[in-house]
Amino acid sequence: MSNTIGLILLIVGISFDLVGTLGLVRLPDIYNRLQAATKCVTLGTCMILLGVVFYTGFNSSGVKALLCIWFILISSPTGAHAIARGAHRSGIRLWEQSKMDKYADDREGEAIKQE
Amino acid sequence: MNVFIGLLILCIVMCLYRVGKGPTAPDRTVAIDILGTLVVGMCAIFTIITGKDFYMNIGISWALLSFIGTIALAKYLEGKGFDE
Amino acid sequence: MKRFVHFLLLVGIWLLFTWSLQWQEVLVGVVVALLAELLLGNIFPVGAIKVLNPVRFFWLIVYGVVFTWYVIKANFDVAYRVINIYMPINPGIVKVRTKLKSDMARTFLANSITLTPGTLTVDLIEDKLYVHWINITSEDQKEETEIIVKRFENLLERVFE
Repeated sequence: MSNTIGLILLIVGISFDLVGTLGLVRLPDIYNRLQAATKCVTLGTCMILLGVVFYTGFNSSGVKALLCIWFILISSPTGAHAIARGAHRSGIRLWEQSKMDKYADDREGEAIKQE
Repeated sequence: MNVFIGLLILCIVMCLYRVGKGPTAPDRTVAIDILGTLVVGMCAIFTIITGKDFYMNIGISWALLSFIGTIALAKYLEGKGFDE
Repeated sequence: MKRFVHFLLLVGIWLLFTWSLQWQEVLVGVVVALLAELLLGNIFPVGAIKVLNPVRFFWLIVYGVVFTWYVIKANFDVAYRVINIYMPINPGIVKVRTKLKSDMARTFLANSITLTPGTLTVDLIEDKLYVHWINITSEDQKEETEIIVKRFENLLERVFE
């Protein structure tokens, strides 16, 4: 029974991983790629680790997998946030068809104020 | 289980395509970050195949080091020192 | 008191990692946790201890359930946008405001926004959040705040403020 649940979790997790990396290849600019890749790959990997917990039971590997889930859930959005901020500050513009960029507007205003 | 390893390798190949082609430096950084998370998933599947728990130790260490590397690369993109 | 709770948490995490109760392992864990607490104790977050209060802990569990639901919804949303041939995306960066005060609560809010449907935090300056939104549906700051921030703000206020 628990092996079946583990197998289902593994299949769902790996399909989310595939969708996330497909988004990394297909989407037009870095911010959209970050959106797809971060969300899908984080949940996909967490589901694979949860599958390990169901497969091996609540022993040494299972507890380590649970700690790994907790760590990935904290670190992955923080890393995405750091990359997005670094990219914007290093001067990467949004995709041409984007609707608005309040962040660039506000930062240009600050730069003019400081001069 | 071998099918899952194959599918994960397909994911990693797509990431490497973005690392090679990515027009700007942040694109490559994103792909490397995602690559780290995928390797953690691969370690998890190796744990199931072999039944040995030290693969999970490798996964946890990989997640920690990949996070630190991502933060360092992001700070480098921002063009600042590491102490800020 | 605060430092003692940190020390106990560190020893607990060490025991979970090694998963054995041999006295050598436990001794090394206690020594390492003590060293880490003495050297790095002052950079641990201050607000974390408050969560041990039972009322706050209850709301933390409610927050966990709501968060999991939104994460799963976000994944199906992104999967739909990526697999669709026409890629129905309409991106841009919007500005929203939050009423949360403590650093811990703001960090959790930013991370939750990153993992929920169609949004990614780009920067957090005092109470202004800059959010990259994959499918902009309104141009008014009030409505944006209503859609993006409100679903977590009240819960996080009960947990961390």
